[in-house]
Amino acid sequence: MSATEFLEICVAISLALLVLSFALITIRIVRGPTFADRVLALDMLVSVGIGFIAVIGVKTGFYLYIDIAIALGLVGFLATVAFARYVMHCGDVLGGESAMCYGSDSEKQR
Amino acid sequence: MSGFLDVLVGVMIVIGALFAVVASVGLLRFPDLYTRMHAASKAGTLGSGLMLLALALEAPHLDIFTRAVAGVVFFLLTAPVSAHLLARAAYLTGVKPVPQTEPDDYSRAIGVTRSDPEGER
Repeated sequence: MSATEFLEICVAISLALLVLSFALITIRIVRGPTFADRVLALDMLVSVGIGFIAVIGVKTGFYLYIDIAIALGLVGFLATVAFARYVMHCGDVLGGESAMCYGSDSEKQR
Repeated sequence: MSGFLDVLVGVMIVIGALFAVVASVGLLRFPDLYTRMHAASKAGTLGSGLMLLALALEAPHLDIFTRAVAGVVFFLLTAPVSAHLLARAAYLTGVKPVPQTEPDDYSRAIGVTRSDPEGER
């Protein structure tokens, strides 16, 4: 077995593992009992997506994918920060409740 | 030399994918938000960082290599910040840790008594 064939097999194995990881994270997003659990699982989903893009870049040899990965990481970080501020201001929105923040009667913690 | 690099890149992406799977299993199996945050922010960042470094080793150009290393450094810097912000926001809005987290210093620091140690969470 040559080294190129070994790399092909490794790419296939890691893509399968990443798909399994996506599926488990999606289960946590659906089930997550609090809103912060869902935000955390979305952050993790972005992180695994960056790894997926890197593996696709290794597979295809098209290295411009790494710019997409960096941009996705930046957007994911800003989205997590924004969701954290949303949780801070509007309280923890449980499942079944309305996801709207009405602002007037939300508790002011700080 | 190129064959050795291919083997090294293959091993690195498989280890990175294994870290991602371990992190997602931890995300699914740990009992509360604050322990899930350990799995997501440590193992998840390590997995994606390993896969980005594998892409950096595979690329033949120096600019791709520096870009990938800069991406890894960026993720290592931002992952603890976002985890800390989310944990602080969740704690201040009343997401309870499991009752086994016994020396809960932060509840004393902000003057909150954990009235129901086993709420819905």
